[in-house]
Amino acid sequence: MKRWSFWIAFAAATLLIAGVVSYFASSSPDGLDSATLQGCQVTETADGEQLSGDCIAQHASEHAMSTSPLADYAIGGQDGTGGIAGIIGVLVTVAVAGSAFWLIARGRRAADDKQT
Amino acid sequence: MVVNTVAMHMSDGIVNAPTSVIFGVIAIAAIGLCAVKARNELDERTVPLAGLVAAFIFAVQMVNFPILPGVSGHLLGGALAAILVGPYTGALCIAIVLIVQSLLFADGGITALGTNITNMSVVGVAAAYATAVGLYAIARRRTPDVPVAALGVISFIAALIGTVCAAMAFVVEYAIGGAGVTSLGAVATYMFGTHALIGVGEGLITAVTVMAVARSRPDLVYLMRGARAEVPA
Repeated sequence: MKRWSFWIAFAAATLLIAGVVSYFASSSPDGLDSATLQGCQVTETADGEQLSGDCIAQHASEHAMSTSPLADYAIGGQDGTGGIAGIIGVLVTVAVAGSAFWLIARGRRAADDKQT
Repeated sequence: MVVNTVAMHMSDGIVNAPTSVIFGVIAIAAIGLCAVKARNELDERTVPLAGLVAAFIFAVQMVNFPILPGVSGHLLGGALAAILVGPYTGALCIAIVLIVQSLLFADGGITALGTNITNMSVVGVAAAYATAVGLYAIARRRTPDVPVAALGVISFIAALIGTVCAAMAFVVEYAIGGAGVTSLGAVATYMFGTHALIGVGEGLITAVTVMAVARSRPDLVYLMRGARAEVPA
């Protein structure tokens, strides 16, 4: 019982953070982004942000996956879908990481079997 | 909701192409090494934990917290992953999160994956884990059964140092091939200052999470397992 409750609590916390708590995230640029924006003025325009001045961020190119249906943690660019995008991200990450680690662990068992 | 482009990691074009290639090669070599070394960290019990830790870090990275007016920070996760699942598996966790974010969520450039992985998954994990191992050894000299609160303090310091080191790795990349006219000194100062503050948030999240796992399932915490295996008693 205790064994299962740990895994359920961990998984539930992860889904809750991605699906609900993420809505309360600060929308200010993070430390790295604001470093790349030093020297620039950011003005909001109809078609997004406009940078004026001289800064590192001006050299950033458009993301190659910017047309991805999940780009910018939203479903099809729709407002308010960040939580669903987050849950999808959690499920994809657990699937990718879980299979990668399972394969690595299986490689170890195969190597152990060879030795014995 | 958020109108700004939600980007948390380096975009393409922030450093020039040769620099991106150099760090791409470093990142691929590091991932290969970790995949080999992680064999010794992973068994039937730890595979599900490692998968869940990666997903947890993905989730927590979405939650930017304010550090200064108009500036935020988010978890990098290196210390958390390394302490819970081991340094090699932990580095792979962060790398997988960064790859998912870049390919699926257009966060962090694809050519910038090498630099982003080097910073957060290699430098961040290595610095945090080395700090955690050192401090844990000191704590065990005082008492063989390190209390959970002490583990929390160790996690906090390891996470803070890991975050600042990851930020400094970006400064090195900017020095080698950065785009833009911002002076290296200004970038270094700004990155150090903001990431010292982000490191405090990183430290708190890491300490709370590690302590929660250590209270309910101490057998799953890699840092504690490693120490017990070294000293059979």
